[in-house]
Amino acid sequence: MSTEVLRAPQDPYHLGHHPAAPNAPPQSTGHGAGGPAPKRIVVGYGFWIFLLSDVIMFASFFAAYSVLFKSTAGGPTAQQLYDLHNTALETVFLLTSTFTCGLASLAVGQRSQKWTQIALLCTGLLGAAFLTLEFREFASFVARGAGPSRSAFLSSFFTLVGCHGVHVTAGLLWLGTMMAQFYAKGFRIDIRHRFLCFTLFWHALDIIWVAIFSLVYLVGTLPAEFLP
Amino acid sequence: MSDETRGHSPEYDAGSYVGGDRPPGAPPDAEEHSLRREVGGYVTGFVLAILLTVASFWVRGTDFIYGPALAVALLVLAVAQMGIHLVFFLHITTDPDNTNNVLALAFGVLIVFLVVFGSIWVMTHMNQNMMHVPMDKLLQMQP
Repeated sequence: MSTEVLRAPQDPYHLGHHPAAPNAPPQSTGHGAGGPAPKRIVVGYGFWIFLLSDVIMFASFFAAYSVLFKSTAGGPTAQQLYDLHNTALETVFLLTSTFTCGLASLAVGQRSQKWTQIALLCTGLLGAAFLTLEFREFASFVARGAGPSRSAFLSSFFTLVGCHGVHVTAGLLWLGTMMAQFYAKGFRIDIRHRFLCFTLFWHALDIIWVAIFSLVYLVGTLPAEFLP
Repeated sequence: MSDETRGHSPEYDAGSYVGGDRPPGAPPDAEEHSLRREVGGYVTGFVLAILLTVASFWVRGTDFIYGPALAVALLVLAVAQMGIHLVFFLHITTDPDNTNNVLALAFGVLIVFLVVFGSIWVMTHMNQNMMHVPMDKLLQMQP
């Protein structure tokens, strides 16, 4: 141990594990060998933990929705309310925006300011189109007397889908911030780390939307005798 | 707008630790793949996701699948599409760099499963045991 400390300056990061050849990459085995992980990995991992906690929160809203699905209190049911054409359009918008977000991350990898801004702008516009459709749907529900206070079913519906909409809104604000920061500060490494977190966030939102359109809208409008 | 990094020399990366973003000793381009392959990855994921979405909406609209199994079919399609998103967009891989992410994901899936199916299971049993009396009657029975 003490001899390692004495000759530490020769090998400050490899922590005593020598690469196979002088210029070979350090072998990272996941057991502490090979030196510290790149900051990109660490940042991504930390944000991944946050995303998973967010997913668990959505899971509890899904649980509440499934349990309260039939508690319509004599009010409108899912079959009477949901418009699958609207849902399909929303899905197309959000799925395409997640694709352009991926392209934006490639443009950042290429350090191309122009394509980064274009791809992020497309992502933002598609996200805004999604939000517009969702807001119009909510407004039409409320106008038909199916607001969140009508029944336990509608409370859980607005909580679940509305929470996703709030996340998309926050994502849009974040996206605008990232566009401004790339423009003003360039492709600095800390900005790129922020952007990595943003792409993870945006892709995760689409994963949650997959669950919502499948399990809330498509399963929700199945004929009652087909429901479990 | 120029395509160049604005106002910073490539060597200077503010906010990074000494040695930059790479583990010391890693080859300079260790984390950069060819652009064409990366675009191809996103396009593949996008096409697969669209196919699964179309399949979901199509299955919902036809009587191709035995009715009572439709909900399960939609669930399976949704889980498949989530897998596509995880692999092609979120880049969850079997890479040693990703071990921690995969383990955290497995734990997250466990908790999601417990919360959702546990709630449905418990509440279904409670409904079966307690809901033989309509709510109106229950309210009238109160003193």
